[in-house]
This record gives sequence, structure tokens and C-alpha cells, in this order.
Amino acid sequence: MPDPIKMTIISDPSNIGAVRTAVEAFGERNGFTREQSDQAGLAVNEALANVIKHAYDGNSNQFINITLDMVADNGRPGRALKIVIRDFGRHVDLECIKSRSLSEVRPGGLGVHIIKTVMDDVNYRCVPEGGMELTMLKYIVPTQEAGK
Amino acid sequence: MSIHDMTNETGPVQNIDLQTDQAVIKLLNDIDLYRSPDVRVVLLELTTQKVPVIGVDLTGVPYMDSSGLATLVEALQRVKKYNGKLVLFGLQHRVRSIFEIARLTDLFTIQQAFDHE
Repeated sequence: MPDPIKMTIISDPSNIGAVRTAVEAFGERNGFTREQSDQAGLAVNEALANVIKHAYDGNSNQFINITLDMVADNGRPGRALKIVIRDFGRHVDLECIKSRSLSEVRPGGLGVHIIKTVMDDVNYRCVPEGGMELTMLKYIVPTQEAGK
Repeated sequence: MSIHDMTNETGPVQNIDLQTDQAVIKLLNDIDLYRSPDVRVVLLELTTQKVPVIGVDLTGVPYMDSSGLATLVEALQRVKKYNGKLVLFGLQHRVRSIFEIARLTDLFTIQQAFDHE
């Protein structure tokens, strides 16, 4: 297994693109197709944007930790890309973190839907010491389902 | 500030071709949380002026996230209120796939090249 990559950025939207690029490169280097790596990058993009907008209310001087790792796929053959995003902002009500109905045409609220569509496993938790932690998995095998 | 002052050679709004009955804006670079606010300002201005047809040239956009999508959805809603038309064209594969993930391809008029009668 490759060594994990750990990054810390400040919560400025201009930093999101660099993290996304790193995720895409990490995915491709570890056996994901270009499209799958792009999807992992998109999920991270959306997650970081949500942290900046909701956990930090747009403040651009707060810390966000990102960890990328390849892990054994629990109970399934193969490996998974594990992405952990940790913020130190306010707790967001877990009930509020859900995909909205796409039949409702309005701007906003698409980020969680995108994350859940392109990643295989998505888990949010409130950290007792403060902030939130998002853990996302994307499996490299078995054969990806359509659209993933 | 004139609408042309909202353009920049390096993007995200590289050029605005504003005519009597239509406008075509050319976007450049990633349209994400960092850059979409600049695009939003231009689209708000054009829809405030009730420009009948607004074309958005995405040929130079390699990537878009949900904030970019939200900006376009908002513009579409504003255009529809005055029975105008918003046309997206020149979508790269990666950008089109994000529209598909968000199931927005049927909502917008999407063309390969701007072709408005």
C-alpha cells in the first residue's frame, strides 16, 4: 500500500482546485481510471466547498485537514481509496446533510447529491472536540457499477 | 461599471458579445466556488437587462462544480421569468458528465455550437 498523503489548507476557495488535482493524481497513480479519479476529485471539491460555506460560514482563514489513503476493502476483494476531510467549524446537523430531490429545480444543494453519487461510501460524524469529519470510500474493484 | 468591465482575458468571463437581442459570454478556466461568483455577476446583469437570448460558451471550461451549476440554474430561472432563453454550448466531456450526475441535461438547452434562430 502507498503511504497516505496528508494535506492541510486554509478555507479559501482558491485552494480547492489544488486539492482536487492532488486527489485525481493520487487516484490515477493507484489504479483508478481517469474518470474514476476525476469523480473522486469532484467529491472532494464538493466536500471542501460545503465545509467553507456551511461549517466556516465563508471564513477563509480556517484550517481543513485532508487525508488520502489506499486501504484494504473491508470484506470485499481489492482496495479502496479512502478520503477523510476534517474541519474545526461548527457542528452541522447530520439530518441536514442529505441529498435534495433533483426534481426540485433550484440553485444550490447539489453538492451532497454529487458526493453520494460518485463515491461508494459516505459517512459524516460530529467530532466531540469540535468540527466534523467526513469519510468517503471509492472501491477500485469489483467492477464499478454504472455511473461510478 | 459597464458590463464589459466584468471581463478578463484570464477568465472566468473572458468576453461578452452583447447585441440588441442576444448576448454570448465566453467563459474560461474552472468554474468553481472560487470563480463562479464572477460569472454570477455577469449573468445577473444580463438577466436584469432581460437580454432575450443568452449564450454561454463553455468551450474553454475544463471543469465545473456544483457552484457553477447553481449559477447557471439561477440564470435559467431568471431568464424563464421573462420568457428568454439560455443556451449552453461547447461543453467538454468532463463538464457534461457533471451535468449528467446532477441530472441537469434535460433542464438546459445544450448545443455543440451556438445556433440560435
